Amino acid sequence: MSSNQDQPKTSMTRRKVLTAATGVIGATGATFAAVPFVSSWQPSEKARAAGAPVELNISKIQPGQMVTVSWRGKPVWVVRRTPEMIERLGDLDDRLRDPNSLVSEQPEYCQNPTRSIKQEFLVVVGVCTHLGCAPLYRPAVDSPDMAENWQGGFFCPCHGSSFDLAGRVYQGVPAPTNLEIPPYHYKSAQVIRIGEDPEEGGVA
Amino acid sequence: MASTQQTKQNSLLAWLDARYPLVSTWNEHVAQYYAPKNFNFWYFFGSLALLVLVNQFVTGIWLTMSYKPSAAEAFSSVEYIMRDVEWGWLIRYMHSTGASAFFIVIYLHMTRALLYGSYKEPRELVWLLGMLIFVVLMAEAFMGYMLPWGQMSYWGAQVIISLFGAIPVVGPDLATWIRGDFIISDATLNRFFALHVIALPLVLLILVFMHIVALHKVGSNNPDGVEIKKLKDAQGLPKDGIPFHPYYTVKDSFGAAVFMLFFAFVVFYMPTGGGFFIEPPNFEPANPLKTPDHIAPVWYFTPFYAVLRAIPDKFLGVLAMGAAIAVLFAMPWLDRCKVRSIRYRGLSYKVLLTIFLISFVVLGWLGTQPASPELTKLARIFTATYFLFFIILPFTSATEKTKPVPERVT
Repeated sequence: MSSNQDQPKTSMTRRKVLTAATGVIGATGATFAAVPFVSSWQPSEKARAAGAPVELNISKIQPGQMVTVSWRGKPVWVVRRTPEMIERLGDLDDRLRDPNSLVSEQPEYCQNPTRSIKQEFLVVVGVCTHLGCAPLYRPAVDSPDMAENWQGGFFCPCHGSSFDLAGRVYQGVPAPTNLEIPPYHYKSAQVIRIGEDPEEGGVA
Repeated sequence: MASTQQTKQNSLLAWLDARYPLVSTWNEHVAQYYAPKNFNFWYFFGSLALLVLVNQFVTGIWLTMSYKPSAAEAFSSVEYIMRDVEWGWLIRYMHSTGASAFFIVIYLHMTRALLYGSYKEPRELVWLLGMLIFVVLMAEAFMGYMLPWGQMSYWGAQVIISLFGAIPVVGPDLATWIRGDFIISDATLNRFFALHVIALPLVLLILVFMHIVALHKVGSNNPDGVEIKKLKDAQGLPKDGIPFHPYYTVKDSFGAAVFMLFFAFVVFYMPTGGGFFIEPPNFEPANPLKTPDHIAPVWYFTPFYAVLRAIPDKFLGVLAMGAAIAVLFAMPWLDRCKVRSIRYRGLSYKVLLTIFLISFVVLGWLGTQPASPELTKLARIFTATYFLFFIILPFTSATEKTKPVPERVT
């Protein structure tokens, strides 16, 4: 039917343009179609809604004792520090990576040397800032299973990161930053409310 | 009688063959696929990997019939399989032992490639596809280990997913996206189940298919590293080749029988593999508030895990671990020696490979141990020697003093 003379010279160019255009439109469509599938992996509304504040009565905690509560599925530790523990915190600065909590996560009202609202009580998220394990509580100086010259604190069994009793990370360990301090406030002298900043109610 | 039966069979075959490339496919890949005649012990592991893959598919399908992929029910449904489902214990232990067997077989299979230079031109794609299989297999094994929802399932997943969190800028959001929650939760378990039972097995199957197709295109290497296609007889068949069927189907069947003997022993007498195949804390239900005192991944991840722990920096540690795997992909280009087999290679490669293999095993052992200052020091030394292999190899291999390679296989 068609001979060489019949064929317009532009036909191949036309075909290329049409193929390219179809390709581009198709790829755009495929990208849009991928959005629901990729977004589907985001936390669901249900998961986002979970995470209400929790309350804890701290009056029964003994000096030196640690209590664990679950907040947003994560362990939150409340430690009642003894005066000696608080005193020791001051001597550690040159062994710590971020002694003044400049790059670590904490509410502004806890960016102080003891990383707390009231020095006596440390409230901290018990999740290692390295890869998310829950460190162990080793409060005693020179705990037998710890390294030499141990000043009391937290030790992560997974990869050997250590933190002092303010959750501040030591130098030379894999964890990059201090343990996270959650927002919290004192609802009364005995009760703390974890997961809510002081402005939202109650006194700091 | 016999002849009519024969005719009937032939006509059925003819009918099928007119509609599907049955005979030609069989011939090309089995009956007339010529493999070198000098395969040794190391050449069992390819077919054994295929056998284990089938085992994982069959037992895996059966496990999904009783397993419940939810945080509330997963642990108890595994206990239910172990105690109440008829033969459930056997199917479960075949699957869990199969996972470890898979890695034993694959590591030996990869060692074979390093010994005989099976990754070299023209088999680079066979090696790359194999490496992809290895990476997908690691993801598959990791997600599978999470499903019983024991303490190790939970904390192992916590650590591995947190690895993604170490990536600068996008890391934390990426980790949340993978988890589908702000912590490891029901959502994470449910999606890992989906990936473990359908998405990754499908990818694995396609990659295995491509791995074999690529292999059959270029032909198998052998312990002498001699190209058998170079010397052909009057019929155009390689002089040093024998048809895969019946010669290697029979040899591989024997290998499979011996392998199954060992496999059955583990399944029946030591199903937890001495705490290496299933770790003791995994018989406790997941507790998001308490990390077990000592956590270590399953043995097949420990060499890479030891590398991660050796580096005292979060992101660099993750990077080093990724590099430890990624650098293997580059083997065909890092090794510039023309001689394939270790039999005819110079002393430098023999020494380097020995150091590399020792480093891998020692790192594997270190990864199972709790972190102490002495062991961390040791892990740093062996991490260095592990990478040194890949750094030195391009220089030594180019000028290596090799022995003469024979014309034909020995």
